[in-house]
Amino acid sequence: MGLLDKKFQDSNIIIVSLEKALNWARKSSIWYMQFGLACCAIEMMATAASRYDFDRFGIIPRSSPRQADVMIVAGTVTLKMATRIKRLYEQMAEPRYVISMGSCSNCGGPYWEHGYHVLKGVDRVVPVDVYVPGCPPRPEALLQGFLHLHDKIMNESLVEGTGSKPVVIHDKGGDDIQVKSAEETDEHKTARIEFPQQDVARKKEGA
Amino acid sequence: MKTPEELHRILADKFGDEVFELKQDEPVAPWIIVKAEQIREVSKFLRDEPGLRFDALMCLSGVHYHKENALGVTYHLFSTSEKHKLTLKVIMPEEDAHLPTVEQIWKTADWHEREAYDMFGIRFDGHPDHRRILCPDDWEGYPLRKDYQVQEFYRGMKVEY
Repeated sequence: MGLLDKKFQDSNIIIVSLEKALNWARKSSIWYMQFGLACCAIEMMATAASRYDFDRFGIIPRSSPRQADVMIVAGTVTLKMATRIKRLYEQMAEPRYVISMGSCSNCGGPYWEHGYHVLKGVDRVVPVDVYVPGCPPRPEALLQGFLHLHDKIMNESLVEGTGSKPVVIHDKGGDDIQVKSAEETDEHKTARIEFPQQDVARKKEGA
Repeated sequence: MKTPEELHRILADKFGDEVFELKQDEPVAPWIIVKAEQIREVSKFLRDEPGLRFDALMCLSGVHYHKENALGVTYHLFSTSEKHKLTLKVIMPEEDAHLPTVEQIWKTADWHEREAYDMFGIRFDGHPDHRRILCPDDWEGYPLRKDYQVQEFYRGMKVEY
């Protein structure tokens, strides 16, 4: 608590709205699902390592979707992997967020035309909150994506029926990082994906 | 160390003249065309015969000869003791592309043959684990064929951009 040491006259009383305190607490310990799909994962690892240090924002990797708040889709999403990503997303506890990292998971990237095996944008199977552009994005870009996610979380409300407020982006570098709410991306709702148990059944049948 | 011509002669003496064809006027290394049903015996002979000893299968690849309506398998062999190389080719009609596996002769062939099956639809009779290796099990079509058409949907996901 170095910043706050000896800053208060009275003992331990801070007045703040509950909503803000909860949102502050949530945004200050975002745990992300630890999996990488392609070269973006290398940048993600670099962001987590000591030079860029995710941990100073309270962002640490978890190996289980049950304990994760945010999923960073770092890399090329093949159609084979997309079924697994959907399943991992559904295993995460709410509230949950998705950061789409890099061109491949944003829109298919270099595989958009001839990549017969690549899903053209992970927002076709899961709702995406923040799109980070780049091929691959630098660690700073990923960190900026997380800062936008912080803004989004701070704007959430406990009051019934308010919906999510518009996200205020304190960004002097232009509008390169897109922030969408889950309601805005709706293609994932139409995707009906069968799940890999069928693979097991099919294997037993000997196909 | 033997040249492809010498190797071709040895094979022709052993298995009969008419079944092998040596191609050597191409810019790439000479190759020998083997009939599909003979590839297993030829491979075993090449591996075990003293003086030949092709103990390494460097590569096994599928080829689609679209104009000829044919599918092919190319074997690149190497002998670590004799230090010579040989290329074998099997060419089959597209509609009935199957040939004996060489998995029991060179273990390398296991995944290579699965890949050739996955990408070209060439069937390897006697393969112990004859499944797709890269694409999902329920994928439609063989992606590296020249006339491949991408499926529109895979499990409810649109494939095209």
